[in-house]
Amino acid sequence: MIAQLIFIIILAVAVYFFGKNVSKIRRNILLGKDTDRNDQPALRWKVMAKIALGQTKMVKRPVAAVMHFFIYIGFIIINLEVLEIMIDGIFGSHRIFAHPLGGLYGFLIGGFEMLAVLVLTACIVFLCRRNVVHLKRFTGTEMTQWPKSDANYILITEILLMTAFLTMNAADYKLQLLHFGHYVTAGSFPVSSLLAPLLPGSASALVITERVCWWFHIVGILCFLNYLPYSKHFHILLAFPNTYYSNLNPKGKFTNMASVTNEVKAMLDPSFVPENNGDPARFGAKDVTDLTWKNLMEAYTCTECGRCTSVCPANITGKLLSPRKIMMDTRDRITEVGNNIDKHGKDHQDDKSLLDNYITREELWACTSCNACVEACPVNINPLEIITEMRRYIVMEESQAPASLNNMFGNVENNGAPWKYSQADRFNWAEE
Amino acid sequence: MNNEPLAIPTMAEMAAQGKEPEILFWVGCAGSFDERARKITRDICKILQHVGISYAVLGTEENCTGDPAKRAGNEFLFQMQAIMNIQVLDGYNIKKIVTGCPHCFNTIKNEYPGLGGNYEVIHHTQLIQQLIDAGKLKAEGGESFKGKRITYHDPCYLGRGNDVYEAPRAALEILDTELVEMKRCKSNGLCCGAGGAQMFKEPEPGKKDINIERIADVIEVKAQVVAAACPFCMTMLTDGVKNQDKEQEIKVLDIAEITVRANGL
Repeated sequence: MIAQLIFIIILAVAVYFFGKNVSKIRRNILLGKDTDRNDQPALRWKVMAKIALGQTKMVKRPVAAVMHFFIYIGFIIINLEVLEIMIDGIFGSHRIFAHPLGGLYGFLIGGFEMLAVLVLTACIVFLCRRNVVHLKRFTGTEMTQWPKSDANYILITEILLMTAFLTMNAADYKLQLLHFGHYVTAGSFPVSSLLAPLLPGSASALVITERVCWWFHIVGILCFLNYLPYSKHFHILLAFPNTYYSNLNPKGKFTNMASVTNEVKAMLDPSFVPENNGDPARFGAKDVTDLTWKNLMEAYTCTECGRCTSVCPANITGKLLSPRKIMMDTRDRITEVGNNIDKHGKDHQDDKSLLDNYITREELWACTSCNACVEACPVNINPLEIITEMRRYIVMEESQAPASLNNMFGNVENNGAPWKYSQADRFNWAEE
Repeated sequence: MNNEPLAIPTMAEMAAQGKEPEILFWVGCAGSFDERARKITRDICKILQHVGISYAVLGTEENCTGDPAKRAGNEFLFQMQAIMNIQVLDGYNIKKIVTGCPHCFNTIKNEYPGLGGNYEVIHHTQLIQQLIDAGKLKAEGGESFKGKRITYHDPCYLGRGNDVYEAPRAALEILDTELVEMKRCKSNGLCCGAGGAQMFKEPEPGKKDINIERIADVIEVKAQVVAAACPFCMTMLTDGVKNQDKEQEIKVLDIAEITVRANGL
């Protein structure tokens, strides 16, 4: 009875804090400007099913894809087991599904155990790739101590959770063989039965082992749940809405700024009366709140895998630009802005901005807008949109484009071509 | 080779005669001014004339689409250019456009509709594919590419930007040649380094230039010809080949040039 009470309190506290942190992230995302991503719902569901659920963009790197698939499918399916643990915890039952499901239960548990082994294997391979092999993709200026530790914490936690799950089953299995207490026979336990010989023989020691692992497993899961909002691992949730709200246009199509259209039309035709769509604070983006909510959602979705940076032509050839850093900087800055609001109120200004304090101009001007990063992202994140918005701010608000680009602008404006040739010579090619 | 002077019809002439061409050939700034790209422009005209499509160009009435301004962040300048160009295009009642440049193609096709300019836009490699499919273009009567190792460099704004991967390859597949793919091709293609207005500025400091990185891919597959479909890629790849002293071994040719050569136009 006391155990049930403690369980319910822990569960309630975990759910409360998780909810609180998620709503904070939601609030932060909605600090972004509006953009309409609600058209074509049928297509959006399809994109989400394909990219997030089906993980079709992962397969470009087959080893990572297979390992990631083990963890992903393990996570989803083993959660069925967590449902049972929750019910047992609240009602003080033990393996409540064992009796009603009968033979199917043993089959399911067997499946969970196999998956647990696959998850364990994948986590160990992933740890080796990061810490032993030192894959280039997991290095780079933005991969400082915290992102590296974050990745390791996630993998180690998953290893501990799976180990606890298998040890718990092993102790349970052994108790079943002893026909001890309420430990009903519940299947063959294909993996944990192999671990059983390693455990103590006495029933009381086995009960302690089983209970400790049970509590460690479920409390561990609840702690992990609360770690998510602070971690890149949040992608397991945001991958779904993020792909649902994907850009459905061809990648080459950049947005046309409506605020500029109004000004240009007014300039070309003095009788033009602009539609009032609320004057924007500024052209382009200086800080995260100038970006759209979708840009900010993408920042929180990024799991720092570095596929974008590894295909970026600027990064490959040694330039400062790293698309992953663009996303990580955006997340760090919006988190900072959110924390400022919590501490100092809604209108607090901290004299910092995404431009210059986080992302330098040198990074922004190194982009070739080739869309390789957008193509590479397994969850359809678009770093190019953020880069473009920041270029727009630098050019249109500050007039601080590199001198050679200003020359190009001047040529386009005066000669109708980016080079210094006369418009009258434009058709000379026909006479060669 | 046929060296007769080309008579290039302009929209203004056509309009004066009360005629409307089937398709407008949008030449682009590089195609109008860059020495190498001008040859490609003329080759595209040769193809159009060879198959007897009624076409015209804007000539001196053509203007930059605004693409480099837009990628560099100058939305004002882009929209000024776009709205002026749309006025010219609509003034001639233009419905269908073929471009010689993936940047012009992308801009007119994707970004002009939002500003009121709605046209059916294709890139010249798509036109070539359509002509091949219709049996109007073959690869005979000209230079033989038989047995040559040819690779194709995907321009970003044609490939990833607009998912056009097969049309340019179709133009190479009819050549009876050995088409080899670089390790970074199609949606994984590596940029030549010129996009996003990089063509008009010096690169940021780094270990090497992007076109040198790309040429290494070309050298790796031992290609004798690297086919391009974009005037900016053409410049970058040609410079890369020169930089690596491979001018004798590797030729950079546009899909239109290859088509013209193969057909002896």
